[in-house]
Amino acid sequence: MLAKPTRKNVQGNAACALGAIAAGCKFYAGYPITPSSEIAEGMARELPKVDGFFVQMEDEIASMGAVIGASLGGVKSMTATSGPGFSLKQENLGYAAMTETPCVIANVMRGGPSTGMPTRPGQGDIMQARWGTHGDHPIIALTPASVGEIYSETIRAFNLSERLRVPVVILIDEAIGHLLETIDLTPPDPETLITRKWATGDKDAFLPFAETDDLVPPMAKPGDGYRTHTTGLTHDEKGFPTQVPEKGERAVMRLLDKLDHHAKLIQSFEVLQCDDADVVITAFGISARAAKRAVKNLRSNGIKVGLFRPITLWPFPHEAFQKATKNATSVVVAEMNAGQLVLEIERLVNQKQTVHRLNRIDGEVFTPQEIETVIQEIVS
Amino acid sequence: MSNQQHISAEEFDVRDYMRLELFPHFLCPGCGHGMALRAMMWALYENNISMDKLAVVCGIGCSGRLGAYIDSNTFHTTHGRPLAFATGLALARPDLHVVVITGDGDCLAIGGNHLIHACRRNVNMTCLMLNNEVYGMTGGQVSPTTSKDRYTTTTPYGNREPVFDACKLAEAAGAGFVGREVTMQVPTLKDLIKQAFDYNGFSFVEIISDCTEVFGRKNQLGESAEMILSQKAGTRPDSYGNKVDEPFHPNALKTGVLAMTGRPEYRAHMQPFKKEG
Ligand code: SF4
Repeated sequence: MLAKPTRKNVQGNAACALGAIAAGCKFYAGYPITPSSEIAEGMARELPKVDGFFVQMEDEIASMGAVIGASLGGVKSMTATSGPGFSLKQENLGYAAMTETPCVIANVMRGGPSTGMPTRPGQGDIMQARWGTHGDHPIIALTPASVGEIYSETIRAFNLSERLRVPVVILIDEAIGHLLETIDLTPPDPETLITRKWATGDKDAFLPFAETDDLVPPMAKPGDGYRTHTTGLTHDEKGFPTQVPEKGERAVMRLLDKLDHHAKLIQSFEVLQCDDADVVITAFGISARAAKRAVKNLRSNGIKVGLFRPITLWPFPHEAFQKATKNATSVVVAEMNAGQLVLEIERLVNQKQTVHRLNRIDGEVFTPQEIETVIQEIVS
Repeated sequence: MSNQQHISAEEFDVRDYMRLELFPHFLCPGCGHGMALRAMMWALYENNISMDKLAVVCGIGCSGRLGAYIDSNTFHTTHGRPLAFATGLALARPDLHVVVITGDGDCLAIGGNHLIHACRRNVNMTCLMLNNEVYGMTGGQVSPTTSKDRYTTTTPYGNREPVFDACKLAEAAGAGFVGREVTMQVPTLKDLIKQAFDYNGFSFVEIISDCTEVFGRKNQLGESAEMILSQKAGTRPDSYGNKVDEPFHPNALKTGVLAMTGRPEYRAHMQPFKKEG
C-alpha cells in the first residue's frame, strides 16, 4: 500500500535530510559549515527517530572518514558540507571510490575560491566534484534544481551509491539549499529503495573485488565471516595490494567501466523544447530555473530556443546532450562560475555549432532577462 | 571478556591467525612491529575474541601495513585517519571488536586531532600506537616522538624539537584507559593489551617499538637486540629527554597501566529516543 501524499513547505537543505532518511540513511557524520548546516541539524533531529546515529566530528576529514567507516560496517551513510569542507573531504572521498564504499556527500555550493562568499550561492565546485581527489576515479554528481528535486535526488543518490558502490555527490547551490517550496514528501515505495548486494555463499572462494558481470561485486559484511581486507592501495580481486601492472590497471579500469556499463541507470536530464531550437541553453541548478523562464519568454516572441538541463552532471549525459542540440546552431552555457561546464560542452558540439558563455561569479543568481538578452543578440 | 585463557608463549602459534598466503611479510629483519603484532594476536586469543567479530583499522606507514596479515576484517585506511574511520565503524556496529593500529607519525602528527577527540569521545575501541620515533616507510624522516638530537633524513644536524608524550596527551584528553609497554616484554605487553581490550571505552596503548633498519642504523643504535635491550634498561630514557640539555620528561619512561577511569562509554550518554505520540 502506498503512503498517502504529504505536502509540506520545507527548505532545500531540510529536504536533503528528509530525503536521506526516506532513503534509509542511518548514519551521518559532519562538521558545521555555512550554507549547509541545516542538513546536519536535520539529521541530528531525525536520525534518532529511526534508530540511526548522528555524530559531529572534529573536522571535515574525520566526518568523511567516519561516514566511510560506518558504511564499511554496512550502514547507509552520508555527510554534507560546502566548498572549503569539500576540499578537505577529497582524500577520503578517493578512498571511498577506490574501495567501492557507498556514501553520499551533499555539497551546498557557495561562492569560492577559498572561504569565498559563505552566504552567497555559487556553482564553482563542479569540476572539483569531478576531479577533486587525485587519480582516475569514478564519481557521480547530481544537481537538483528545486526543493522537491533535492528530496528525490537525495533518495536517488543513495540508490545509485548502494547499487554501484560508488560515492555520490549532490551539488546544491546555496540558492536552492535555502529556498522554501511546498513539496510532496510521500515516502518512496520501499520496493524502490536499493541496498547493496551482500556476499553470500562460499567464504573461502569469495573474491571481494571480483570482475562480476555487472562490474559491481557484492560486499562482505564484517561479522559475516568473510574476513576480507579493504585498502586504498591498488588491489587485486582478493583485495590485497598488487604491483602487478595488468592487475593494477584492470582494478582501476573496472571502477571506471562500471559507470559506463550503468550509464542508463545513472543519467538523468530534462530536455525542454529542443527539437526545433536554433539555440539551446545548457544550465543546471538555480541557473536552469532562470533559463527555463527565458525559454518561455523568448518562445512567446517566436524565438526558437530550448533548454538542456543535466540533472546527473557527472558522468555528463553526452548522448542526450548531442541529441537535444542536433538541430541547434548555438549553445549557451549559463553557469555561476567563470566557465567550467562549458569546457565539457565545447568537447561535445560539432564544428558548425558555436558555444557562448554566460557566467556570474558575484554571488548573485541569473535573471531570465540577462539570459534572454544574450540569446536575442545571438539570433539577431 | 569471560573465559579468559592463559596460553604459554610456546603453546600460542600466531600463524594460526595470520594470512600466511601474504608471507613473507614486508617488515625489515629485527623490526619491533612484529613483536607488537604477536602480543596483540596473543591478547586477542586469550580474550576469546572471534576473528569474525574483530575489525582491525589501520592507518598508513609500517604500522599500517600490519593489518593485512591478520586473518580478520581488516581495513587499511588513509594517513592519520584510522581513528575517524573506526569511530564510524564502532558506532554503526557495536557488535564488532574494533582495534586501531597506528604509528607515531600517523597518530600524533597528521592524525593528532583525531586522537584527542577519540580520547574525549570515549567510543569503545582500542588504539595501539606503535612508537618507533620515525617515519620508517617513507625512508626515515623526523616524527613527533623522535628523541632530541637524533638524526633522521630531515634532521641532518640532529632533531631540535621536543617530543610528544602520547600517554600524557591521551590521558589529558580523557582516554578512559592509558598504558605503555615495550616490545622487549611480549608477555607483559600482551597482558596490558588484554586489559585495554577488556576496557569498555576508548583505550590507548603506546607500544615502544624499534625501527632497526632506518632509525637504528642512522643513529648507530646497534642491531635489533641492542635496541630492544636498551628499551628494557631504561625504557629508552633518552627518547623522553634524559640526555638533553633541557629535559622534556626528566624521569625514565613509565610503563604499565598509566590511567584508568570509570568514565561512561560514549553510548551511555545517549538516551533512547522517545517517539512522539
Ligand atoms: S622501516 Fe623501520 S619500522 Fe619499517 S619495517 Fe623496517 S625496521 Fe620496521
